[in-house]
Amino acid sequence: MTTIPLAIPRPVHPTGIWSWVTTIDHKRIGVLYGVTAFIMFFSGGIEAMLIRVQLMRPEQTLITPEIFNQLFTMHATTMIFLGVMPLSAAFFNFVVPLQIGARDVAFPRLNAFSYWTFLAGALILKLSWFTHAAPNGGWFGYSPLTGITYNLGHGIDVWILSLQVLGVASLAASFNFIVTIVNMRAPGMGLMRMPLFTWMTLVTAILLVLAFPVITVALIELYFDRAFGMNFFNVAAGANAVLWQHLFWVFGHPEVYILILPAMGIVSEILPVFSRKPLFGYATVVLAGVIIAFMGWMVWSHHMFTVGLGPVANSVFTVTTMMIAVPTGIKVFNWMGTMWGGSISLKTPMLFAIAFVSMFVIGGISGVMHAVAASDAQQQDTYFIVAHIHYVLFGGAIFAILAGVYYWFPKLTGRMYDEKMGLWHFWLMFIGQNVTFFPMHFTGLNGMPRRIYAYYSGMGWDFWNLVSTLGAFILAAGFVIFIYNMARSWRNGEQASADPWDGRTLEWSIPSPPPEYNFVEIPHVQDRDDWWEEKQRRRERREVPVVAGGSEQEDAHDIHLPQPSYWPFFVSLGLFIAGFGLVYLMNMDAAGVRTLNYVALITTVIGVCIGIVSVYAWSFEPVNDPEPGGEHAAHH
Amino acid sequence: MVKHYRRLWRLIGLTMLAAALAMLFGCTPNDPQSTFDAHGPVAQSQLNLFWVILIAGAVVFFAVQGAIIYLIIKFRRRDESIPKQTEGNHALEFAWTAGPTVLLILVAIPTIFTIFDNEVSPDKNALTVEVIGHQWWFEFRYPHPDDPTKEVIFANDLHIPTDEVVNVVLESVDVIHSFWVPKIAGKVDMVPRNANTMWIKADRPGFYYGQCAEFCGVQHANMRFRVIAQPRAEFNAWLRAQAEPAIESQDPLVAQGRKVFTSPDAGCSGCHATGSVTNKGVAGRVGPNLTHVATRTNFAGGVLDNRDENGLVNDAIVQRNLRMWIEDPESVKPGNIMARDIAAPYVDPDRALTEAELSALVAYLSSLK
Repeated sequence: MTTIPLAIPRPVHPTGIWSWVTTIDHKRIGVLYGVTAFIMFFSGGIEAMLIRVQLMRPEQTLITPEIFNQLFTMHATTMIFLGVMPLSAAFFNFVVPLQIGARDVAFPRLNAFSYWTFLAGALILKLSWFTHAAPNGGWFGYSPLTGITYNLGHGIDVWILSLQVLGVASLAASFNFIVTIVNMRAPGMGLMRMPLFTWMTLVTAILLVLAFPVITVALIELYFDRAFGMNFFNVAAGANAVLWQHLFWVFGHPEVYILILPAMGIVSEILPVFSRKPLFGYATVVLAGVIIAFMGWMVWSHHMFTVGLGPVANSVFTVTTMMIAVPTGIKVFNWMGTMWGGSISLKTPMLFAIAFVSMFVIGGISGVMHAVAASDAQQQDTYFIVAHIHYVLFGGAIFAILAGVYYWFPKLTGRMYDEKMGLWHFWLMFIGQNVTFFPMHFTGLNGMPRRIYAYYSGMGWDFWNLVSTLGAFILAAGFVIFIYNMARSWRNGEQASADPWDGRTLEWSIPSPPPEYNFVEIPHVQDRDDWWEEKQRRRERREVPVVAGGSEQEDAHDIHLPQPSYWPFFVSLGLFIAGFGLVYLMNMDAAGVRTLNYVALITTVIGVCIGIVSVYAWSFEPVNDPEPGGEHAAHH
Repeated sequence: MVKHYRRLWRLIGLTMLAAALAMLFGCTPNDPQSTFDAHGPVAQSQLNLFWVILIAGAVVFFAVQGAIIYLIIKFRRRDESIPKQTEGNHALEFAWTAGPTVLLILVAIPTIFTIFDNEVSPDKNALTVEVIGHQWWFEFRYPHPDDPTKEVIFANDLHIPTDEVVNVVLESVDVIHSFWVPKIAGKVDMVPRNANTMWIKADRPGFYYGQCAEFCGVQHANMRFRVIAQPRAEFNAWLRAQAEPAIESQDPLVAQGRKVFTSPDAGCSGCHATGSVTNKGVAGRVGPNLTHVATRTNFAGGVLDNRDENGLVNDAIVQRNLRMWIEDPESVKPGNIMARDIAAPYVDPDRALTEAELSALVAYLSSLK
C-alpha cells in the first residue's frame, strides 16, 4: 500500500491545531480528553449552581419549572457521561501505557476516534441549550415520561442520540484498553505485577463492554417508540412501564462502578507512594475490585425498591446489595493498612486521596442504609439519596480524579503545580463538599423529595437548603483556584523532575514530560512496584543517585511510532452530523401526527456518507507509511 | 510526645462531637414531612430499622474517620527514612472481611422481616382505598357506603379512619408517580397499568402531608396531597356526606355560575364531574371531581391551602383561592395541563372568561360543599 485513498496526503503537522486534530499519541489524546472533560464538568457545575441558587430560599421563581427540570437532567447526564467517565478515560490514556511500559495503546487511531466521538456526543447534548431542546426527563429517562405522548419536542431525542454516540466512544475506548492491557505489557509484567490503576482500568473497560449494549438496546427501542410509533414502552398499547427501569438499571448500576473503580485505582496508586509503602494486601485489593465489578450485576433492583417488585425480590436485592459492601469495605481497610506504619507526606494529591477514603466511607454507609429496602422506602427519591450519590461521586470519584490530576500533573506537563494553591483548593473542596452535601441528609430525612423546582417554607427545609447553597459557592471558589493553578503552572510552573514523588511505578522512570515514544528501551519488569524496587536495587549496589528518565536518549531515532491520521476525526464528524440529523428526523405535533423532516433526513444521510467514506479511507491507510529508503522495513 | 497525643485525641474528639451534634440537629420531628415522627406502624417500623442501621453506621463512621485522623498524625513523615515495606497481613484482612459480613447479617435479618411485614397487608378485608395518580394531583376512590358496585370519588385529601388497617391500591392514568406520606408510610410507586398495593395505618387522628416522590413532569414539585386521619364515626359521616350530591344553593349568582360551568363555551364540565358517585372501575373524567370541592383543604395539588390559622377550611380563603386559580391557573401552577392544553378559556383567547363569568363561577364552586 503506497498511496492513500482519496488522494489526501498523510497529515504532517508537528504543532498547531491540526496536530491535535490528527494526533494519535495516547498522551495528547489524554490531554484532549482531560481538558474537554473538565470544560464539560464545569458546564455541569454551572448547571448545579443554578439549581442551588433556585433552591436557596423557599418558593423562589428565578428559574421556571421546565428549565429546572432541564437543568437537573443535564447536570446529571453531563457529570456522569461527559465529566467523570471521560476524566477517567483521560487517565486511562495518559497513564496506562506508561504504567505497563508500552509506547502507545494497541489501536492508536481507534483511540483518536474514541476521543472525537466522545466530543461529538458531548456537543450533541450540550448544544441543546442553544436550540432550546434540552432534555427534561431525568438522567434515568423513565418511561412513559420520556415517551412521545408525555414529552413532545426533541429534548429526549437529543438525550438518546448523545448517549448513543457517547456509547460508541466508550465501547471503542474499552476494547482498545482491554487489548492494550492484555497484550502490550512490558516483558515480565504478569497480571499480578500490574499497577492497581491499570488493573482497575481493565476491570472498568470490561464492565463498560458488557454494560453499554444494554442501554444501547434500550435507547434504540425508546427512539423507535418516539420516532416511528413502536410500542416497546408505550403503556397505552400494553407495554410494561417497569421494563425500561430494568433495562436502564442493569446498565445503570454497573455504570456506577464504571465511575468509581478508576477512582479507586487512582487512590490505590497515590496512597502507597505518599506513605512510602506498598499497597497493603495487593491481591486482596485487586480481587475486591473484580468482585465488586462482578456483583455490580446483581444489585440493579435496589434502584427499584419502591416500584412494587414484591417482598421476595426486595429481600434478595437487599442481601446482594449488602454483600457488595464487603469487598468495598475490604478496599477501605486495605487503604488504611497501607497508611499504617508508613511515612505519610501530606501533599495535595495525598490529601485528596485520603479525603476520598473518608468521604467514600460516608457514601458507603448511606449506601448500606439504602440497601435496607424497608427503610429505603422513606429515603428513595429524597435528598438523602442526593447526599449519598454526591458523597460517592463527588467526594468519591471527583476527589480521586483531582488527586490524580495533581499526582500526574508533573509527569504530564514537566512542571510542578503550586502546592500552596493546591492546599487552598483542597481545603475549600473538603469543606465545601461537606457543607453542601451533608445537610442534604437532613433535608431528605425531613421529607424533601429530589427533583422539585421549589418548596414551601414551613416544611423545615429552608435552613439546610441555604447551607447547601452556601457550600456550593465554597466549592465554586475552590474550582476557580484550581483552574488558575493549573493554567499558570502548566505555563510557568517550576520544572518537575522525572520522579518528584519517589514513585513506585514505571511512569516515574521516564522523563517529565515523557518523550513521544515513552520508553527508549522497553523495560524488563521484575517486580510489582518495579520502579521502586529498581531504585532500591541501585541504591544497594551504591550506584550513582538514581535519576529517573535516564540519559540514554540517543537511540531514540530508531523508534517507530504510528503516524497521525485525519480519518478518526472524520468518522466522528460523520457520526456527529448523522446523530444531529436523527434527533430531528421525525416531528410530532400535539395531535399525534408524525411528519418526516427532510432537512434532517438529508443531514443524516450526509453524516452517514462522511462516516462510511472515512472508515473506508481509514481501513486502507497503513499505520505507518513505508519510509523512503525502506531501511527499517524489517526492523520490528 | 505526651502533648502530641493529647492534641491528637482532642482533634478526634472535637470532630466526632461536631458530627454527633450535626446529626442531632438534623432530626426535626416537628416538620410536616419528617420521617422522624412516625404516626403509624409502617413508618414506625421503618424508623426503627433506620435507627438500627444508623447506629451500626455510626460505629463504622466514627471508627474509620477516627482511624484516618489517627493514621495521618501518627505516621506523618518526620524524616526521609524508608518505613518497613509491609505487603499485607492475612489475619487482618480476614478479620475485616468477616467483621462487616457479620454486621451486615445482623442488619439483614430485621430488614427482611420488616420488608415482609410492610408489604403484606395484615388484614385483607380492611377498607380499601384506590389512589390514582394524575399529572399533577391525586384522586382517591372509596367503596360506596351502601352500594358495593359503586365508588365515591374525591381528590387532594385522603380521609382514613384512625387505628385501622387501610389497604391502598395505587394506580396511575399517565406516567409513574409515587405515593408517600412520610409520617404514616414510606413510598410506593404508582405505575400505570401495573397496580401496586400497600397498607397504612394511622395511630391517632391527625393531619399529614403527602407528596409525589417519583419525578413525573413539569409540576412534580406541586403534586401534593394531605391525609386526614379521623375517628371511625367521623370518617363514616364524612364518607356518607361525600356520597351525596352537594346541597344546591338558591343564590342567583350560584345559578349563573352553574350555567357557565356547564356551558360549551367554558367547557368546564367536559373534564370535571359534579357527581361523586360512579360505578366501580369506571375511569373518572380528566380533571378532579368537583362535587364537594369547597370542603377540600387544598387546591391544585397542594399549591393553594384553604385552611385558616386554626387548621380549618375557611370559606373566604376557599373563594380567594378559587378566584386565583380560575383567573390565571398558569401563574399558580405553571405548565398545568388544564391551562396548557385543554380548557377553552385559557387555550383560546377569544373564549376567555369575562369578569362576570369568573365571579359567578367562583360563587358556584364555593357553594359545592
